[in-house]
Amino acid sequence: MRRTGAAFVLLAFLAAAAAMAATAGGAHRASPIKLSVWAYWSPGTHELTSFDKLVAEYQKNHPEVKISVVGGVDDNKIVAAIRSGTAPDIVSSGNSYNVANYCRTGGWIDLAPYMKRDHISASLFPKAPQYYTQFNGTRCALPLLADDYGLYYNKALFKKAGITHPPKTISELTADAKKLTVRGSNGSFKVVGLDPVIGWYENVPERWIQQFGGKFVDSQGHAILSKDPAWTTWAKWQKALVDWYGYNNLVRWQTGAGDEFSASQAFENGKVAMNLDGEWRVAFIQHEHPNLQYATAPMPVADNHPELYGSGYINGTIIGIPRGGKHQDEAWNLVKYLTTNSHFLAQFSNLIRNVPTTTASLTSPEIKPDAHFSTFLKIFGNSHSSTSPIMASGNAFTNLVQNFFTKWQAGGVKDLPSGLKSLDKQLDAQVAQAGGGGGVP
Amino acid sequence: MSLTPVAPAGASSPAGPAVVPRDRRLAKRRADWRRRRLVLILMSPWIVGFTVFFGYPLVMSAYLSFNHYDLLSPPRWVGLANYRYLFTIDPQVWTAIKNTIWIMVIMVPAQVLFAFGLALMVARARRGIGFFRTVFYLPALAPPVAATLGFVYLLNPSTGPVNTILGHLGIQGPLWFNSTAWAKPSLVLLALWGIGNTMVIFLAAVIDVPRHLLESAELDGANALQRLRWVTLPIISPVILFSVVLGVILALQYFTQAYVAAAIAGGQASQAGENINALGYPEDSTLFYPVLLYQHGFNDFQMGYASAMAMVLLAVAFALTLVIVINSRKWVHQAVPR
Repeated sequence: MRRTGAAFVLLAFLAAAAAMAATAGGAHRASPIKLSVWAYWSPGTHELTSFDKLVAEYQKNHPEVKISVVGGVDDNKIVAAIRSGTAPDIVSSGNSYNVANYCRTGGWIDLAPYMKRDHISASLFPKAPQYYTQFNGTRCALPLLADDYGLYYNKALFKKAGITHPPKTISELTADAKKLTVRGSNGSFKVVGLDPVIGWYENVPERWIQQFGGKFVDSQGHAILSKDPAWTTWAKWQKALVDWYGYNNLVRWQTGAGDEFSASQAFENGKVAMNLDGEWRVAFIQHEHPNLQYATAPMPVADNHPELYGSGYINGTIIGIPRGGKHQDEAWNLVKYLTTNSHFLAQFSNLIRNVPTTTASLTSPEIKPDAHFSTFLKIFGNSHSSTSPIMASGNAFTNLVQNFFTKWQAGGVKDLPSGLKSLDKQLDAQVAQAGGGGGVP
Repeated sequence: MSLTPVAPAGASSPAGPAVVPRDRRLAKRRADWRRRRLVLILMSPWIVGFTVFFGYPLVMSAYLSFNHYDLLSPPRWVGLANYRYLFTIDPQVWTAIKNTIWIMVIMVPAQVLFAFGLALMVARARRGIGFFRTVFYLPALAPPVAATLGFVYLLNPSTGPVNTILGHLGIQGPLWFNSTAWAKPSLVLLALWGIGNTMVIFLAAVIDVPRHLLESAELDGANALQRLRWVTLPIISPVILFSVVLGVILALQYFTQAYVAAAIAGGQASQAGENINALGYPEDSTLFYPVLLYQHGFNDFQMGYASAMAMVLLAVAFALTLVIVINSRKWVHQAVPR
């Protein structure tokens, strides 16, 4: 009898323990893991709103996590948060220029073990995004949509000037730019055919040199701007066109041309007839000037490099998991979804008109057809399209190049060959100073 | 010192005349300690602030200047490599130094002269001195970022009101912040507009010049210029010294206005954050030493190198201040006759 009673008590205890465990499990499910995602898109923009909307879709299918998205975060804030141990679970950066610093320091964790575990291959992505999301073989980021660059041209102004098709070579581009330029009675510009000034809007050397087939570094990672004739060809062409307008005239015109990321943007308002710009402009025009008569085409290429026509410069948003994140497994699941899920990539691409980054998603039937945007999908898939080198010195590398050509176009460099030689030395020294490493895309 | 005999250790002190001085001494020590403790307690906020916000960063900065430090991995000792890069390789550093010297040599004297001139004018006003003082002081209350934004707007070469007015007069206005020749002078104009603080200090000094000395000089036949040269200037010379030293230190640290003006006039606030090369726009003409330091430290994540730059800046600021102060013995009149 006593034994029966003891057994009964034991059973009751076990039942109670089981019930408590079940309750605890229920409580666990009721309070999902909080995942914080930092994005660079500014609060209130359609990019962040769209991202929020699509992330909510993921959350709906994954009740085990609750995701909060914070916008307007730049690389400085990311680094500060990692250092102070307050990093979120997932971070993204608007471009890949600092990926070297993130990957080699472990500031963003190496994603290789997760990718291996889940059988995710980097070959899902085209060559350029594969390259700009790693440094010296350490893959600490994945691409989250990409930006590529092409030519926007105003069809009404083309028609008025009697131009029937977009330029394909630099010679054609130059002739069209001059033909499209309209000056007022006081010499000011009513319409600028093409503004080639470095630093204006999206004009930076890396986007232009792509169309001339120029390389930044050799296979050892040494700067070769003085040795690769493409740089000299481009620089001389660019300066000649700037001089045709008059550098100060162009600068004066730019100060009234409108802000790049506002409805007053020059191309959207017919102030500039042709413009180098990113694929995102399609969505901006759709939102801000839906009646603008324009078309898109690949950027013209150097006359001696016809094979490059159709290609363009590529870069884009990168996403990763910072060191010190509390829920790295859950964070990886979300990163994996955001970077490899064709449905998400197609939907996000439709909303913000950025290029989806996996090869499969490029041809996803979910991508809404759009003649303006399809140009950029083709540029992204072009085998000659490329990106700038990821060097140890990060952003400083391309900034130094830009500084040089900014001075050159204003007449501040008298001797181009020796200037380029000196630039090469400075770039090599800068990379060495930053710890060395990096190389050919 | 007291010659009070000391009782052997462990022995109880006998009551007697020798004990009294010892107690007094102990009491004095306690009182001294209490006083010191009180001073320490009263000073503790400053000590904590100084240690945390100045001492520690200074020591760390000195240490980091000999390291490669990218903010995300531990510092790695590189000896003098950062200093070597600073003095022999960095292609932008000499431009930044030249710009900083320019702003120091042009802006500081311009500020002192302008503030002094304004103070003289306001001091001479027979009526409405309070009104003029307020009007000239008000710009100093504007936050530097807002003031710079306002100036960039006012001086926009195409759409700004200044060039629009000049255009109506048949003059094509300059490119202001968009021109290598005009960007620094535009910053000087901005500095002169916000001169209120210095002007008020000069005004107080000018008003404080003893009237009887000016009257005596006048009776001796000194004209206005001579009274200014031989009476007013010597008396306010400590204020001039203060303004010059402060101006030089602020010029060496010149950052906010240059940063904001370059970013806005450069129009490169790209959404993707890709064109952050606006620092120093146009063509590095507003790239001052602290701006370059910021660029290396916070854009390029080379905090070791930025620390080396900071140490050099500290040494230069210290040396310049020392030179000015030593030199000031020749022209600053410390004793003001009453």
